[in-house]
Amino acid sequence: MLEIGIGHYLSLAAVLFTLGIFGIFLNRKNVIIILMSVELILLAVNINLVAFSAFLGDMAGQIFAMLVLTVAAAEAAIGLAVIVVYFRNRGTIAVEDINLMKG
Amino acid sequence: MFYGLCIFLPLIGAAVAGLFGRVLKPRGAQLVTCGAMTLSVVLAILIFYDVAILGQKQTVQLFTWVVSGEFQVDWALRFDTLTAVMLIVVTGVSTLVHYYSIGYMHHDPHNPRFFSYLSLFTFFMLMLVTSDNFLQLFFGWEGVGLASYLLIGFWYRKPSANAAAIKAFLVNRVGDFGFALGIMGVFLLYGTVSFEAVFDATPAKAGATMEFLGGQYHAITVLCLLLFIGAMGKSAQLGLHTWLPDAMEGPTPVSALIHAATMVTAGVFMVARLSPMFEYSETALAVVTVVGASTAIFAATVGLCQNDIKRVIAYSTCSQLGYMFFACGVSAYAAGIFHLFTHAFFKALLFLGAGSVIHAMSDEQDMRKMGGIWREIKITYFMMWIGSLALAGVPFFAGFYSKDIVLEAAFASQTSVGNYAFILGMLAALLTAFYSWRLLIMTFHGPSRADEKTLAHVHESPKIMTVPLMILAVGAIFAGWIGYDYFVGSNMDKFWGEAIFVLDNHSALRDAQNVPIWVKVGPVFMGIIGIALAYWFYMFRPETPAVFAEKFARVYRFLLNKWYFDELYDGLFVRPAKYLGGALWKDGDGALIDGLGPDGLAGAVRYIARRVSAFQTGFIFHYAFAMLVGVSLLVSLFLFGFGSK
Repeated sequence: MLEIGIGHYLSLAAVLFTLGIFGIFLNRKNVIIILMSVELILLAVNINLVAFSAFLGDMAGQIFAMLVLTVAAAEAAIGLAVIVVYFRNRGTIAVEDINLMKG
Repeated sequence: MFYGLCIFLPLIGAAVAGLFGRVLKPRGAQLVTCGAMTLSVVLAILIFYDVAILGQKQTVQLFTWVVSGEFQVDWALRFDTLTAVMLIVVTGVSTLVHYYSIGYMHHDPHNPRFFSYLSLFTFFMLMLVTSDNFLQLFFGWEGVGLASYLLIGFWYRKPSANAAAIKAFLVNRVGDFGFALGIMGVFLLYGTVSFEAVFDATPAKAGATMEFLGGQYHAITVLCLLLFIGAMGKSAQLGLHTWLPDAMEGPTPVSALIHAATMVTAGVFMVARLSPMFEYSETALAVVTVVGASTAIFAATVGLCQNDIKRVIAYSTCSQLGYMFFACGVSAYAAGIFHLFTHAFFKALLFLGAGSVIHAMSDEQDMRKMGGIWREIKITYFMMWIGSLALAGVPFFAGFYSKDIVLEAAFASQTSVGNYAFILGMLAALLTAFYSWRLLIMTFHGPSRADEKTLAHVHESPKIMTVPLMILAVGAIFAGWIGYDYFVGSNMDKFWGEAIFVLDNHSALRDAQNVPIWVKVGPVFMGIIGIALAYWFYMFRPETPAVFAEKFARVYRFLLNKWYFDELYDGLFVRPAKYLGGALWKDGDGALIDGLGPDGLAGAVRYIARRVSAFQTGFIFHYAFAMLVGVSLLVSLFLFGFGSK
């Protein structure tokens, strides 16, 4: 039977992280998808933290993971609130239309 | 004490009227300046008595002006007979013009400024004639130039007045350039610019040479010619005369004071003042004679065809200045100054009379639109007659004495240039009489060519204008008769003292007493022919001038266009200068300096910034992509680059 080691956890985290990154900049449709991608990146980091915590027997990693979770929750809340307000003001949340910072 | 006061009173008047004109109101400014001038003329008469009659020449030291190494200049007022004569002329005419202006300018809203300028001019002119050294002379010289500029351009809303003022200033600059070079040359040769020291040293330097424009020339000739260029500019001699007719754009009292009686005679004064130098250069004297005689005939011919009443008198002034110069050129400085003295009276009279006519005709200056008004303005008419009689040299009027002695001296000099001057002077005398009567007849006689509105308005000028005319008329009648003995007659040597220096072998003025009788009556004869011709042309056969103009169309146009001097200078100097200026402005400054400098730099920054700002698309995924690329680069660099040794 396949022994599941630290390498597998790290690989999974890396795959998730890359997915998140590509989610951000290949996505042309919706800002919510960006938020989800950010969430994905944070979770990938969390997997790394927990995996190293178990592997090294150090609880600090898991505590950090909890911290990241709370921060992610807060971020999601604020991000969604911003999107709601933005939609009210401009009538769209398509990423392609959000370019007020164009030089 | 009162010597200095006489000079500085006009300055005080000018300062008070100029600085406090708003507070004083026109009336106050007139009172201050006229009061100062009246005091000044009284003092000038006292000075004249002291200096010229009693023969006490004086020098009043004021203070040291410039000390720089060996170069030292004092402010000093030099009073000798020459100065005293000029003092009388300047303060006398100036005072009368001040009073006259009260009437002439009473419509003008800028009275205080006008009177301030007039007094300022008088001060500079007095500074010029009392100067004790070349630099002070130059100071007065430039000062009168400035005042002349201000007064020609007095009506600054008129573009033509501004143009004329600038023209006068620029043409004088050409002369002043020569003058300034002359002064520097004097310092180079003598090591001082004080008149006294220079005159004392001149006999010793008579043979000296100096380098000029790469050649060795007789030093005094070079200096005198350079200084004479300055005199030509100021006195409107042939070549540098173009500004004088245009200067008539100024108010008429200004023309009478500056451009007839005083400032334009500064050149003659300067040559007479520097007689100890000019005497040692035959070449310079010959040049002075030729230029003077040529100007006399040139201006007289142009005067024949002008239609503006003031321009006719302006060309007449130019012509009479020519007489003064060729008198100086044949070493008859006293005759030149005598003519200057009498001319000041009758020419100021003519100008102020013309001003009175213009005043009566509602500011009309074109003689073709006058005529038939003598009954309405009898006093002015009478005064103009006196002025013209004096100008034409009719016996026993002022001009008769002075013009005769000038021509006799030219004849008596027995040189070829003297003969040239004599012949041209005789011809000019005929033309002078002709155009004077042409002016009189066209202005006052015949059927009126003015429109009815103007004609209904014709009126004699107020007393404040006619009384100065009468005073000048007295001068125009008696100045020659009274002055003859002192200036050029038997009392000559005693009167002039050391003010004018003439070498013993230059005896034209003394020989002038012994010329043949036809030379003596010649000018009078010429004058009478001229007057008769004018009557024939304009009174009895008024159609003749047009016939002549048609028959000699080429000559007529040549004279009407003032020998094409303005066109010549326009082509030779004005256009090339304008072209060069335009090229330097557009291509040199605009394209080259601004293009590569500030404008180019700013343009480049703006261009680059616009290209760079295109990177800011505003799309979040572009930023994210850039971040990713950046992170990958940094990480790769860290892993495989310099960090991984």
